[in-house]
Parts: sequence; C-alpha cells; structure tokens
Amino acid sequence: LGLPGGIWLLVFFLIPILVMASVSLQTGNLIDGFRQTLHVANYWTVIKLYRTQFIRSLEYGGLATLATLLIAYPMAYWIAFHGGRRKSTYLFLLLLPFFVSFVIRTISWEFLLADQGILFGPLKRIHLLPASFHVLATSFAVVAGLTYNFLPFTALPIYVALERIDHRLVEAAEDLYASKVQAFLRVILPLSAPGIFAAFLLTFVPAVSDFVNATILGGVGTTMIGNAIQTEYLTNNNYPLGAALSFVLMAVLVVGIFLYTRAIGTEQIEGVGT
Amino acid sequence: MNDATNIPTGSNAQAPVVHGLTQRRLSRRELLRYAGAGVGAVGLAAFLEACGIQSQKSKSAASPGFDWQKWWNQQKQTGTLDFGNWPLYIDAVQKGGKTIHPSINLFTKETGIKVNYSEPIQDDPSFFGKIQPQLAAGQSIGYDIIVITNGIYLTKLIELNYLTPLDQTRLKNFRANAAPKYQNPSYDPGNKHSMAWQSGFTGIGYNPKLTDKVLGRPVNSLNDLLNPAFKHKVGMFGDNQDFPNMGLVAVGVNPEVSTVSDWNRAADWLKKQRDAGLVRQYYEQNYIKPLSSGDIALSMAWSGDIFQANASSNAGLKFVIPQEGGLVWTDNMCIPMHAQHPVDAMIYMDFVYRPDVAAMLADGIDYITPVPGAQAVLQKIDPPIAKDPLVFPPADWYSKVHRYRVLTPSEEQEWNGIFEPIYQS
Repeated sequence: LGLPGGIWLLVFFLIPILVMASVSLQTGNLIDGFRQTLHVANYWTVIKLYRTQFIRSLEYGGLATLATLLIAYPMAYWIAFHGGRRKSTYLFLLLLPFFVSFVIRTISWEFLLADQGILFGPLKRIHLLPASFHVLATSFAVVAGLTYNFLPFTALPIYVALERIDHRLVEAAEDLYASKVQAFLRVILPLSAPGIFAAFLLTFVPAVSDFVNATILGGVGTTMIGNAIQTEYLTNNNYPLGAALSFVLMAVLVVGIFLYTRAIGTEQIEGVGT
Repeated sequence: MNDATNIPTGSNAQAPVVHGLTQRRLSRRELLRYAGAGVGAVGLAAFLEACGIQSQKSKSAASPGFDWQKWWNQQKQTGTLDFGNWPLYIDAVQKGGKTIHPSINLFTKETGIKVNYSEPIQDDPSFFGKIQPQLAAGQSIGYDIIVITNGIYLTKLIELNYLTPLDQTRLKNFRANAAPKYQNPSYDPGNKHSMAWQSGFTGIGYNPKLTDKVLGRPVNSLNDLLNPAFKHKVGMFGDNQDFPNMGLVAVGVNPEVSTVSDWNRAADWLKKQRDAGLVRQYYEQNYIKPLSSGDIALSMAWSGDIFQANASSNAGLKFVIPQEGGLVWTDNMCIPMHAQHPVDAMIYMDFVYRPDVAAMLADGIDYITPVPGAQAVLQKIDPPIAKDPLVFPPADWYSKVHRYRVLTPSEEQEWNGIFEPIYQS
C-alpha cells in the first residue's frame, strides 16, 4: 500500500468509518445534542426494529443479482464472441440508458406498469387480464426494477472476462472431441469466473442497499433497509440508530463476501485484477 | 546448493532458523506494533468519547436576554426578497410562455422590493434536513421567507433557535385581518416566529366512479378505509404526522391530548388495515396520480390537492372530512436565522394579509386562506371559489377537525417507534 493510497483510505474510509462507529454508540436527540454513552443497545434496537427489512433486502438483492447474471451472461457472451467489428457499438448500446438519470428511468417504469397504463390498460379492457391485476407495488416490481437498473454493472465485467479468453483454447478443446457444451462448461465458464465474481460484487452490494426502486415501484411490505436508513437519518434525525443500522448492514455484507470469497478461492479475485 | 536445506540436526541444535520456527519470539518490531495497537485502542476510546454530536442549536443565535426589538430597529429595507415556497402554492398565470405571479408583481409595484421566488420545498423532513447543517453552523440559507407546516419540524426549528423572532411592530394587517384562530396559535404562542400562509384539511379523497358502486353512497367514514371491498385499493400517507394522527382520530381519540396507550390503540387499527391487505401504498406526496388513474379508489388526502387535481385535469375526485373527524394543519411563513433581508420579509408577510392580496392567493391556491375578508373580495372576482367549502369551510367543519399532537423530543422517539414500523413494512 503506497503512501497516496494510504492517505486516501485514511481520509475517505477509515476516519468516516470511525466517526460513524462513534455515532452509532451515542444517545440523545437533535435538540439537546447526542452524547457518547457507548450505548450498544442501539444495535439490538435496530436489529429488532428492522429484522424483516434486513432479510428482505438480502433476498431482493440476491434475486436481482441472480436474474442479472442469467440475463447478462448470454448478452456478454454474444457480444464478446459474435459481436465482430460492431462490438463497441453493442457495448455503447448497453451503456446508453446510463445517459438518463437512474431515478427518471425508474419513474418511467412506474408509468409503463401502471394498473390502467399503456401496457395493462388495453389488456384489461379486452379482458385478457382481470381488473385487479397489478404489477406495481409488489415485490416482483422491486426486484425487476433492481434487475433492470443494475444489468450493465453485471454485463460489463463478464464481457471483459470473456473477451480476454484465448479462442484457441476452445478450438483445442474441440480438437480433443469436446462437444460445444463441454467446451463451454470446462473451458469458457471457468475462465470467465473472475468476471462473474466481479459482476456479483458490483451488483449485489449496491442492490441490497438500494432504496430508490422500493420507493418508486414498491408498495406495502417491500421496504428495504436503505429506506429505513434514510428515514432514521433524514426524517427522524436519529443519527445513532441510522449509523448502527448502516454498520449492521456493512457487517452482514462484509462477512457474506468474505465467506463467498473463501468458498470460491482467492485466485479468482486476483484474476479480476490481472 | 541451497544452504537452508542443511539444517543441523541433533538435540542441542539451536540454529536460528529452527528457533524462529518453533518458538514464538517477540521481536522489537512486533513489540512496537503491539504497543502501537494498545495506544491505538486507548486512542480510539478517547476518540469515541470525543466525537459526540453537540446540540444542533444555532451557535450564533442570540442569548436569551437579547433585545430583538432593538435589533429590528437597526435593520434596513434592502429592496430584495428571497422567498422559498412549496410547488404550486401561489397564484400563477401563464403569459407568453412564462409563469408570472400577479400577487408578487403587485407587491413589487407597490413597495419597489424585487422578489426572487422559488419553490425548493418538497416536504418538511427533507427540507429540514437540507437547511439544518447551515443553520447549525450559523450561516444564511439564502431564503428570507420559508414555509413550514406546524408540527414536528416547525417545533424543531423554533426549539433549535433557527428562526428569527418576528418584528411584532410590523404585523398591522395581520392583527387586523387574520382570523382569530391564526393569531396566537398553540404551536407558536403570540406568533413569535410564524404567520400562517395557508391551511388545509387532511381527510379522505376518493374517486366516486370506483367507490359509489361498492358503497351505494359517498365515502363518509374512516371505516370505509377498512372495507374489504377495497382490497389493495386504499392509499395512506407514510409519514410521522398525518398518518399517526389520523389513526388516533379513527379510534375516537383527540390526537392533541392523546396518551401512549391511545397511540398503541391507533397503531393496532392501522396495522389491522395493513394486514388485511387493504393498503396499496403508503404515499409521501404522489397519491393524486394513482387516485386519478384508478390505481387506488380512496386515500388519505389533503383538501387543496383534490381541488387542484379537479381544476387542472377534470379528474372528478371528491374530498370529505370523515364523520369521525379529520385533521387541520397550517403552513407558516417564517424568517430563518441569518436571513439577508429580514425587513423586506416582514413587509411581504404583512402584505399578504390585505384582503385583496389574500383573495388573489386563495383564488390561485385553493387551500384555506387565513383572511376571512378575502371571501367578500372573491364574491366579486370569482364567485365559485367564494362559495367553495374547501377554501372557506363552514363552521361545523372546524368542529370536526383536530390539530396534530405536539411532541417533546423523547415522546417523538417513542411515537416514531410505534408508528414507523407500520408504514415502513
């Protein structure tokens, strides 16, 4: 770790995180001020209050990550191996939605999926769908929104990994009588694993803590942990509970990622860097 | 050959390399590191102690005995006014592709004060979050007038000394023309910090096309929000103010004098409603769109929103104060601390209490004006508005509505803990 890197980490990571750790143990309110009381009970309070939202966030984040991987892999595969001279055009198309704000894109889904909107309205009028059918304000809508919003983050690292594969290895496998499926499973998939790993991290971590999709596309029983943190900080001005909540989320993610890394093996992560 | 492989054997062999492998030895370097860690741990504890968040009360706010009247006498009119308001909350006319505000133009014409009017306030909590750090640091937030709803955040602003006490000598129109209930309100005794901008009711907004068939009558009761026929078709507010207070009204309690056990009963009512699958969403602001499009059939609503939706798009919505009761709230003009043009702000705040100006505003906003005299003016310029009960409510409406519960900081924490988990499910 060089000196610039060390200073960077100190200023933008270590100090903020220590301040947050301190805040998470305080008690008080905005008007009288917050005092350091080493009040560990803040952690039990938030876990008790928001257990459901924690579990739900991991669930939604996991489902969305799985869905993005299933959609992004074939997409990246096709661009990497069959994109030909137009590869960069396809990549540009993949990134094109990024030119519009994330919130606006999510709101346009709200518009498209409205109960009587341009999609479901006509279908209901001709009785192909029951009048009570709706997609908005359901878990499905939130997971779908997450999937849509994070798809490029998943596709790009997978594409980079696939693009780097030496195609002669596949030919060699075929020369040794491997079928297409075997060549894919035993050559391409393992070689693209670092990309999948990176894609997983880049999607899962922000998806779990997202709050925009739940706010716009969700309804009752779809609140995610990001919404709870936002409420504690901005609505209740209860900074200690907000900080404790953030720490619990961080701890869950760090432990989860650590176990995941151990299971997959560290060489995969190094593979991402090379 | 590699010498390292030639490890001496035998019982007394104490080659350094073997020693190092078999016995734990504290090197000087390690010792330093452990010592460092010890100091670090102590330092961390000290650090944790040190960084308590101080009271967020305005640092440069004047001391308790400060003579505000003397301060006001030293202030001068500047000819500029920065007014921060909520969207669609003033009279507006489209002229040549530009939006103009006739009441503001009149003000500039009469006083020569130029008004920079903007609409930065989307809701109280987030606006409070935005201005709080600057006010705590004793800086100007760039507005001379802001509009804040009575309740949690207005109380916080007052308690934290974030508001400039008003110049009581400049309230001539206000004292002469404001309805009695806006003079000396319970949330700001003596109008020390605030003057009403407009008020409104919280009740039920509904789409009669969807509800009349089901009920065979107009919506008129909070129990209609529990009717199983409206499964997934009910909207509720997701906030710490209207939502809990409406729950208290639903269980027959006057929120203003409610106790913790009442809060729990209200929470049970609200939970029952949610768990029966009636509520589609807990809305912050955006309930009008789903109500007009039929995504929901009825919802908690603010009176003026329903009026504006009907005026702008013929949505055909209706508003009712349920027979059990409703809520009334007031948005208030306040002068934040360190405002650059306080005298201009005072002149404007009193100006809007002239009946002719109040009539212009009421005509454009459709919420409840604090100036009863505006009705006579409107009878001449816009008779339908003068007759509208949402703008000039009959006396018996007032007897059915309550104000929000005023909460102390510790009560607020308990209150939030009871009601928040219901809408944040």
